Amino acid sequence: MSRKDRMSGNQAIAVAIRQINPDVIAAFPITPSTEIPQYVSAFKADGLIDTEFIAVESEHSAMSACIGASAAGVRAMTATSSAGMALMYELLYVAASDRLPIVMAAVNRALTGPININADHSDSMGAKDSGWIQIYSENAQEAYDNMLMAHRIAEHPDVLLPVMICQDGFITSHAIENIVIEDDESARAFTGEYNPAKHLLNPKESLGVGPYSVSAFYMEMKRSQFEAMNNARKVIRDVSEDFAKRMGRSYGMFEAYRMEDAETAVLLMGSSAGTGKDAVDALREKGVKAGLVKLRVFRPFPAEELATVFRGVKALGIMDKCDGFSGNGGPLGAEVRAALYGKSDGIKTCNYIFGLGGRDIKVEDFRVIFGELKDGIDGKPLPDCRYIGVRG
Amino acid sequence: MSFTAYTLKHISDRQERLAPGHRMCAGCGSTVGVRAVLRALKPEDRAVITSATSCLEVSSCTYPYTSWEDSFIHTAFENAAATTSGVEAAYIAKKKKGKLDETYKFITFGGDGGTYDIGFQSLSGAMERGTDMVYVCYDNEAYMNTGIQRSSSTPLYADTTTSAVGAKSNGKPQFKKDLTKIMAAHHIPYVAQTTYIGNFKDIHQKAETAIYTEGPAFLNILAPCPRGWRYDESNLTDICKAAVDSCVWPLFEVIDGEWVLNYEPKKKLPVKEYLAMQGRFKHLFKPENEHLIDEIQDGVDCRWEELRSLCGIG
Repeated sequence: MSRKDRMSGNQAIAVAIRQINPDVIAAFPITPSTEIPQYVSAFKADGLIDTEFIAVESEHSAMSACIGASAAGVRAMTATSSAGMALMYELLYVAASDRLPIVMAAVNRALTGPININADHSDSMGAKDSGWIQIYSENAQEAYDNMLMAHRIAEHPDVLLPVMICQDGFITSHAIENIVIEDDESARAFTGEYNPAKHLLNPKESLGVGPYSVSAFYMEMKRSQFEAMNNARKVIRDVSEDFAKRMGRSYGMFEAYRMEDAETAVLLMGSSAGTGKDAVDALREKGVKAGLVKLRVFRPFPAEELATVFRGVKALGIMDKCDGFSGNGGPLGAEVRAALYGKSDGIKTCNYIFGLGGRDIKVEDFRVIFGELKDGIDGKPLPDCRYIGVRG
Repeated sequence: MSFTAYTLKHISDRQERLAPGHRMCAGCGSTVGVRAVLRALKPEDRAVITSATSCLEVSSCTYPYTSWEDSFIHTAFENAAATTSGVEAAYIAKKKKGKLDETYKFITFGGDGGTYDIGFQSLSGAMERGTDMVYVCYDNEAYMNTGIQRSSSTPLYADTTTSAVGAKSNGKPQFKKDLTKIMAAHHIPYVAQTTYIGNFKDIHQKAETAIYTEGPAFLNILAPCPRGWRYDESNLTDICKAAVDSCVWPLFEVIDGEWVLNYEPKKKLPVKEYLAMQGRFKHLFKPENEHLIDEIQDGVDCRWEELRSLCGIG
């Protein structure tokens, strides 16, 4: 039986970890994900999990140890944020190319320069090309649910890729929310056992992991990652469907909110979707045909489905909680526009940079955005990119 | 701990665990060290080998080939010890759950670049956490894989491509870092320093002790590089012997905190003779540079006396 509870996003992730009971967790504290290894340590101290917990001396070693453990054939997990994830970047690529189904609880936080501990997506967006599956959560419930699904997606033989389950630092990780928690047995039954075919500790067959690959082979390895990432689309859908069947909460590659007849729409990821939905509801009451798309799966990127959902939309605000400093906006801006190009042409777009370093986004900001999009439809030129909710 | 009496012939009958056909240079010290260490594994025991990015790694596990009979993992340059931490944790988890009957040992190899420098934090962390593993540094005193750049292990006044000798430079201006001593300061059960001497008894026994001591162990092996040190390939063991006889590279162990000197030359070989065997010190033999050799000799003498004192001698 599931139960209703209230807890923070970090707690929700910790409950999922306790239920999954992974073999190895290697983690290093960094705000705002620190609570996760703390919970793990407490669970272990209380005998609630069998996990080998490696309290490493850096995030670089956390990911290195996860790679070692996963290559040795067990479930390996970590949690991190911001600079911690940046310190892992090199190894994120190694984990993906070694095709290791490591699962990371990513608690999004701004990257330093200047130092800041609050939410934005610059950390995981920096890792967007590392070959990890990236799933973003709006709230504690989604963080919990996505975490319960993560291993099955990562470990599927057609995928075998690492997965990061992202939630917004503090906004989601620390705010107490209502949540439905599944009973341990159902959660465990859903996640299942992991018995990989090839690993380092197989006495019947030695294995070499991480060989030097010259030009004659490197590209085939990359091609296999490309195929695995594409295979992940179906696996994510299948696992999400099974989750809906068993747990009653349903998830797609993205959530389309009041998009049926929307003329203006915004696309974003993470916790700000709640505020955005409120703004959409208010506009709808006034007769404005506004809609919102909350992207859940950023890697693999659901380009075709997005082109379909935005067909009929006249102006779209693509909202990035991260600036890529291309001079043209953030990563979502670039990828969503590329997805629309040639498929849903004619949609006016503006890439809004918002919420950096924990800057609050308000219903009023959304009203401004939807207003500008409407003006764009009426012929007023839309800028390619602009910051919103900023001085000056 | 009791081991059977050592004979090179007997021990050489063991199956090689590093197959021939790898791409390391002739006269390279590193594979000699790897084979010597792996010979200390009981034939019935299995191992997972980790290697830092290095000459050894790129030359012994080049897709789709591997020279390693045992399972092998390489992830990056600076994290070999942390990688092994993860493998060992997985082993413990599997053992606890009754999913594995066989005994595995965890042996990690890194060059001095991957050990003294970029991988030092990862090594220190794994040792402090008590990972049941042996970390073997094959110390060739520079970054050889990228083309002979200085490391913190490069000795004073050695010529490397980033401590170049010229009109205004006599090579690396700093002394070599004393890593073995730093590892001893981690108070791990076993730390030893060795190289290729005589019938390889010293390295064999140290490797055996390191592998079969519970908990973390660190083995530092002087492993000359013919390209970087500039010597004739056939002179490898002569150079190692000179390093030991001149007290540049003393043979010692630290067993549960007790320092033991394994070899004291009856008559110390002047450091000059060791240096003269290697092209990287050629510039020191110009008449005007004699004082630089004296400086090296003083440094070696000072460290040797310090070591003797730690070992309770003199």
